[in-house]
Amino acid sequence: MNFNATLIGQMITFGLLVLFTMKYVWPPIIQAMQDRQKRIADGLASAERGMREQELAKVKAAQLLKEAKQQAAEIVAQAHKRANEVIEQSKLDARTEGDRQLAAAKAEIEQEANRAREQLRHQVVSLAIAGAGKILRREVDEAANAALLDDLVAQL
Amino acid sequence: MSETGHSMTGYIVHHLTNLRFDLTEMHFLHGEETGGFGVIHLDTLLFSVGLGALFLWLFMKAAKTATSDVPGPLQNFCEIMVEFVDTQVKDSFHGRNPVIAPLALTIFVWVFLWNAMDLLPVDLLPSIAGLLGIPYLRSVPSTDLNSTFGMSISVLLLVYYYSIKVKGPIHFTMEILTHPFGKWFMPFNLLLRIVEDLAKPISLGLRLFGNLYAGELIFILIALLPWWVQFTLGWPWAVFHILIITLQAFIFMVLTIVYLSMAHEDH
Repeated sequence: MNFNATLIGQMITFGLLVLFTMKYVWPPIIQAMQDRQKRIADGLASAERGMREQELAKVKAAQLLKEAKQQAAEIVAQAHKRANEVIEQSKLDARTEGDRQLAAAKAEIEQEANRAREQLRHQVVSLAIAGAGKILRREVDEAANAALLDDLVAQL
Repeated sequence: MSETGHSMTGYIVHHLTNLRFDLTEMHFLHGEETGGFGVIHLDTLLFSVGLGALFLWLFMKAAKTATSDVPGPLQNFCEIMVEFVDTQVKDSFHGRNPVIAPLALTIFVWVFLWNAMDLLPVDLLPSIAGLLGIPYLRSVPSTDLNSTFGMSISVLLLVYYYSIKVKGPIHFTMEILTHPFGKWFMPFNLLLRIVEDLAKPISLGLRLFGNLYAGELIFILIALLPWWVQFTLGWPWAVFHILIITLQAFIFMVLTIVYLSMAHEDH
């Protein structure tokens, strides 16, 4: 239980141990720990950021969806309107066309009727002349009476 | 009866005797022989150097492969120790000093390993040594006053070194002479300071030594009981001792940090 040179030996050992710990043990371990701490902090921060961004994206997506729906509704409404317009226009066109065609047909009918009447008149005249010719075969000079007949035709 | 008593005393004394080597006369000391300051305790030195090497080997192995990725078990363990010590240092020391934290780690782990030798059966290592022809062996370095005081005196030297380095020689001298009672009580202040600074290493060294010496002595006494009752006392004492060895290492470390942080601060 005496103090002796062991004391000095222990002090030297202690000093060397501290020196080695200071140089080779402490710095790498504490460095690794600090690096990891930083990485974890960074990771947490980026996770936080990601979550916030996702939140924003959600809001944005909802907004876009709403806009799209609104646009679609507008387009549908416009299409309905346009369809109605087209139908109305078509009805109008059809009616006009019908009227036009009706008028044309009526005109044609009139024309045909006129032509038939003319023809009939000519035939009646020819028939009358033929009848009269048969009756007046001898006395009536066709050439002398042609002017008279034409006058008659014009009067019919 | 007296024969048994004598052998018991012999057993205890044998267990409490170091393997001594006199450097001045270059021979081993036996029995009751006492040497001067030139004697060294080979067992104390051997075990403390060996345990120190074990500590350095473990931690340097971890430090060499230290990564900020997922740590392995060894690195994890070392990081827990480092972080524990670092927290203690940061709690009581607010300056910047690259020595204190590694110093505290060394003290904590080294003293813990010293103390942990106490948990080995008291007869194990001395018996093996006896078979090898070594007459005396004490395996717990912290039951040797030279170990505990070697460390506490080193701490005191560091305290002085940093006091002078941080405060400057003049300011430090002024502090010694004028605190705590002002400049008119210079001799008294000086006396108080001497007592204070003597108390530091003595309390540090004696506390560790006393606890571990007493612990070892009780293990030796338990070993003197009949073998079939030894475990009834030995087991609880060993469990309790796990607390003691950790606590003493912790106290030594914390007081070192506190003394060194006082050296950095103005009173």
